[in-house]
Amino acid sequence: MTSSSPFTLHRRHLIGIEGLSAEEISGLLDLAEEFVDLNRQIEKKRTTLRGRTQINLFFEASTRTQSSFEIAGKRLGADVMNMSVGNSSVKKGETLIDTAMTLNAMHPDILVVRHHASGAVALLARKVDCCVVNAGDGAHEHPTQALLDALTIRRNKGRIEGLTVAICGDVLHSRVARSNMLLLSTMGARVRVVAPSSLLPSGIEQYGVEVHRSMESGLDGVDIVMMLRLQRERMAGSFIPSVKEYFHYFGLDEAKLRRAKPDALVMHPGPMNRGVEIDSAVADGPQSLIREQVEMGVAVRMAVLDVLARKLPNA
Amino acid sequence: MRETARGSEPHPLMLVNARVVDPSRGSDFHGDVLLSEGVIRDAAFGLAAGGIPDGAEVVDCKGAIVAPGLVDMRAFIGEPGAEHRETLASASHAAAAGGVTTIVCQPDTDPAVDDPAIVDFILRRARDTAVVRVHPMAALTKGRRGEEMTEIGLLQAAGAVAFTDGAKSLTSAQILRRALTYARDFDALIAHHTEDATMSAGAMNEGAFASRLGLPGIPRAAETIVLERDLRLVAGTRGRYHAASLTCEDSLDVLARAKEAGLPVTAAASINHLSFNEMDVGEYRTYFKLSPPLRAEDDRKALIRALASGLIDVVVSDHNPQDVEMKRLPFAEAEPGAIGLETLLPAALRLVHSDEIDLVNLLRALSTRPAELLGLRAGTLRPGAPADVVVFDANMPWVLDPAQLKSRSRNTPFDEARLSGRVLRTIVAGRTVYEYV
Repeated sequence: MTSSSPFTLHRRHLIGIEGLSAEEISGLLDLAEEFVDLNRQIEKKRTTLRGRTQINLFFEASTRTQSSFEIAGKRLGADVMNMSVGNSSVKKGETLIDTAMTLNAMHPDILVVRHHASGAVALLARKVDCCVVNAGDGAHEHPTQALLDALTIRRNKGRIEGLTVAICGDVLHSRVARSNMLLLSTMGARVRVVAPSSLLPSGIEQYGVEVHRSMESGLDGVDIVMMLRLQRERMAGSFIPSVKEYFHYFGLDEAKLRRAKPDALVMHPGPMNRGVEIDSAVADGPQSLIREQVEMGVAVRMAVLDVLARKLPNA
Repeated sequence: MRETARGSEPHPLMLVNARVVDPSRGSDFHGDVLLSEGVIRDAAFGLAAGGIPDGAEVVDCKGAIVAPGLVDMRAFIGEPGAEHRETLASASHAAAAGGVTTIVCQPDTDPAVDDPAIVDFILRRARDTAVVRVHPMAALTKGRRGEEMTEIGLLQAAGAVAFTDGAKSLTSAQILRRALTYARDFDALIAHHTEDATMSAGAMNEGAFASRLGLPGIPRAAETIVLERDLRLVAGTRGRYHAASLTCEDSLDVLARAKEAGLPVTAAASINHLSFNEMDVGEYRTYFKLSPPLRAEDDRKALIRALASGLIDVVVSDHNPQDVEMKRLPFAEAEPGAIGLETLLPAALRLVHSDEIDLVNLLRALSTRPAELLGLRAGTLRPGAPADVVVFDANMPWVLDPAQLKSRSRNTPFDEARLSGRVLRTIVAGRTVYEYV
């Protein structure tokens, strides 16, 4: 069974949100909606990717993203293989390009790649014949996370355009923040970033966002509070003095959340550091969409795999 | 290069019908140049009409430019230790094809050039294998570790023309202060890579573009802070100091103040920083990953103005061969560096074609000034000077094909670039070592 939507992307790979039009983003979200319904049924399987081989190539450990892509591929009927650095020849000194060429020779149809270096997925995509989906590269982009966040917002608020979204925390090191800033601006949301100056990338203005250095002003009247994960190793680089001080000023607790609109919703890409960037009472509270984000993740990744596969030879 | 064992004494060479440009005298005229017994005999209008010596080879330059051969003050070679990237021989052929008659190689070798025996080794290898002159800079500190000064006197006596830790910056102000103080007694030049080690762990220039690519940035202050510190030390010690490769506008202000104060300070800019800016990194193109990194277009423009005004004394190729395996990596993990010996002159001529600098001043920064700083008999067409000469057509258009390069490595940012200006002939000690056919 093929999907009802005739929509295609004007690209072979999904490396980033950068360059996607509002129509393309909407098209992906519309298709993902169909998969949300499918995923709630007992019979979740489709045959769209039957005969296709999907390899999840993860150079950086990830439980949730990898399993989300795995389930997405399997529900569409693909044969999915997981390959992570721990048990691959990468540890034996093989270069990224060699790994890519080796896998390419096995004729996969879709490669889902995560890598710790910015640009690594684009580099690999130039060397292979199949579709490549970026599952996160360094501090560059994580497009499927931004798409699942957008789907979650749209389903709860009915729209993205005109909403005010605050992205809070370690923007400097975050690929999630970069992809979300690009997507949300493209879709017409008003985007704020809230972070200590030491965790803001230089030239942040280019994203057309409003910059706030305090949660009190940054969350004032917002519709969506999007928290970012603080990578604890950042403490060693003296970006912030301590977890305690960070939580005091930038951790999301109920008091800070009261600055947002009463019906504001809280998101987090996971995995959460409870008590570092988010208080458990908020993470598990009535305004939290965090579990729904995970559900949307599978649907969005099915939509991405489905759409990219439409461009494959013999599709 | 000392006299090579290969070949006999060259014939006298009469270069006729040339545009003779000698930046050492600020002259630019139509005329002829006579070379014999390894030296320049004369350069004048109507020289050939006055008689051609017996046995002389006459070359009709057809209006092409004859100028002193280029002196490249900053080239990383790889011999000893990384001969797979470049040898003195391969670098010398690349230099010859680029009109560079003197290479000043950096001590970033394995082992580092921190002992007179290694200086001697390089000079012997160059004598036996290289077709252009090679002069080593020696390490300023032992093992280039930044801890103990090298034997500046003995290294200089062995043939080191300056002292530097190459692509490494000294973290210890005290070591640099003592080195400047000691080196002054030998009138030795200290060249320094001005980049604070704790701030330069990034992959490219800090700014909006790096943020978009998700790459860690190197702020301009990493360079300017070190330069300011160094110049403060120069003011106190009066040692001769050379900033090896400046990249940003702020540094130029600092440099200008030091020069106005009469400090013994000079500076170079690399051809890459005069030719490209950070946007050339594009989609993570690692051939544009350099150390120090490419900066913004405003910085590039400021460097060009500083070159035209003479604030920047020298243009260097910053030739740094890297094999494919060091470049075919994610950007942050790739080695920095680009080859440049063969493209130095044609790339620099772009600045002449765009009317940003005149030819005489450009050639001065490529030959006369570096020769002066290093105390080399080069960079001039004065009678009696060594016959190191380049003949080039400043306008000939061509497209760079990396496969045609003489270097052992192919990491050129000028890959498939359209260039105007081509070296026709390179002459070292009166012998033609390269001819464009």
